[in-house]
Amino acid sequence: MKIVVCIKQVPETQDVRLDPVTHTLKREGIKSIINPFDLYALEEGLRVKESQGGTVTVLTMGPPQAEEALREALGLGADAAVLLSDRAFAGADTWATALTLAKAVEKLGGADLIFTGKQAIDGDTAQVGPMMASIMNISLASWARKVSFNTAGKAEVERLLDHGYDAVEVDLPALISVTKEINEPRLPSFKAKLKAKKEPIPVWGLADLGLNAAEVGLAGSFTQVVKVFPPPARGTSETWEGSPQDLAARLWQRLQEMT
Amino acid sequence: MDYLLTEEQTMLQDLARQITEERIKPIRAQLDEEEIFPTEIIKDLAQADLCGVIIPEEYGGLGLGAMENCLVGEALATGCVGVATTFGASLLGSYPLLYYGTDAQKSRYLPRLAKGEALAAFCLTEPQAGSDAGAILTTAVKDGDSYVLNGTKQWITNAGEAEIYTVIALTDPAKGARGASALLVEKGDPGISFGKKEQKMGIRASVTREVILEDCRIPKDRLLSKEGMGFIITMKTLDMARPGVGASAVGLAQAALDEAAAFAKERQQFGTPIFSFQAVQHLLANMATKLEAARALVYSVARFIDTKPKDFSKASAMAKVFATDMAMEVTVDAVQVMGGHGYMREYPVEKMMRDAKILQIFEGTNQIMRNVIGLALNKEYSKKK
Repeated sequence: MKIVVCIKQVPETQDVRLDPVTHTLKREGIKSIINPFDLYALEEGLRVKESQGGTVTVLTMGPPQAEEALREALGLGADAAVLLSDRAFAGADTWATALTLAKAVEKLGGADLIFTGKQAIDGDTAQVGPMMASIMNISLASWARKVSFNTAGKAEVERLLDHGYDAVEVDLPALISVTKEINEPRLPSFKAKLKAKKEPIPVWGLADLGLNAAEVGLAGSFTQVVKVFPPPARGTSETWEGSPQDLAARLWQRLQEMT
Repeated sequence: MDYLLTEEQTMLQDLARQITEERIKPIRAQLDEEEIFPTEIIKDLAQADLCGVIIPEEYGGLGLGAMENCLVGEALATGCVGVATTFGASLLGSYPLLYYGTDAQKSRYLPRLAKGEALAAFCLTEPQAGSDAGAILTTAVKDGDSYVLNGTKQWITNAGEAEIYTVIALTDPAKGARGASALLVEKGDPGISFGKKEQKMGIRASVTREVILEDCRIPKDRLLSKEGMGFIITMKTLDMARPGVGASAVGLAQAALDEAAAFAKERQQFGTPIFSFQAVQHLLANMATKLEAARALVYSVARFIDTKPKDFSKASAMAKVFATDMAMEVTVDAVQVMGGHGYMREYPVEKMMRDAKILQIFEGTNQIMRNVIGLALNKEYSKKK
């Protein structure tokens, strides 16, 4: 099984700051981490490899420092990593990002399974994975909470919905985006981290992927963020403490006052 | 302070700290309150390769030294000394095998210890033989191709949970301490059983039980080294382990200082954070200074051990006694800085103070440590005449 996991390096803080001029994320001075959902995608990739055999290659598109995220992924047990980095990729929207990633998977010789997190915690679009599947014309199963394989060589995926789940069967190759319910990501191991430190990580740019500058980055983007603003503050909240009985009585009284 | 750690040591420390933050701290209060053995945390440590820090690479370990081991122990102890003790006690049970085991004995046990599939325990203390370890009564009688063990070992950390027990027993009772030997007993051997779980003041995540040996028959190839080597092996084992106890003390004291200092920044009295009061600053200053001195000593001793000196009993005892006395003082003072809050179980420092006490008692009481240091000094100064 040839498995590719796409990850994104994101700012650690939940309090995302935006550049008022370009409307892109401000990254200066903020520690970067692997997008938490992507850790579940990587874990699922590693588990599939362990049960079905194969290799796990991790891909990310980003500035040169995104290499740290790839080294961390190698420390968790990924076999190889490729960084997609080029000035031309800067300012990419979800489509341009998906196209770049899809081309990289193609250059890797394709994949049987591509795992992504369900969304990134900075942009929160949840679009890149599905767009990649669309560009590559392969199966898509988003919001996975469970993945297994049947004897017909198809993937059986349970997709987490608001009220229950969807059970779908998909042909391979497939792209599967995962939720946090799917597994418990492992800790890194010292031996893998040592190895990861020395592992060469190739960097692929525009020319390596056979793309032209008009297709990628800001130039290849269909969308541009016009305005981003923080959500309006919610109303004031109160914290009550006490026994369940007292709290229930108090709540009941408050509700009666409100109606 | 910069202790000039290598890149590899820093990576190892970061990994141990990550496990402490993510897997130990969130559940330490529950482990303590409900006296739960940290099975899942041991699995996490194993998965991260931390169970095999000092185990040679050919047996699946990392093949690192006492310094690396101390860094890991220190990091774990900032989260929970009960967990650090479980980890350390398994090492204590492994040292005899590491230093005196044959290739066959090592191949049988070390890979499982390195992978965290098995824990070890060291069985020396008996009801009548604490500091006076030479007073042990447990016997191992040779019978054909076997040894048959009889006796009761007391307060054994990891008893019942460990798979491998290094037992010090008399193979020749007539010779007293010179007739003691070290033998490897497995949990599944006939005639080994375990007493009730002891109820302790602190380190309540770790498990302490009696190990009861009743006509416990083991193959004779479980003998470590030769008959009569029991106490030499014991001394070497304790010399190896004591800086690890010092490292636990350093980790514990660091955690207590961190809690107390953070609290002092937040807590307001007389209209200002209590950190601004000289009385509080002096407490914190003393805590921080003693802590740094202990850390420097523990690291120095660990690095000294890694140069493979012939005798390091004195240095090892110094690291243990200084760091653990320091941890007791610092944890008591952390509670003092936090006042009534520090005394409440809602805050972690009361557990830290309870956990600190055992460090002055086990693996040789701090009074015995001073005997060891005194004895070594006496020898040194006799030579100089």
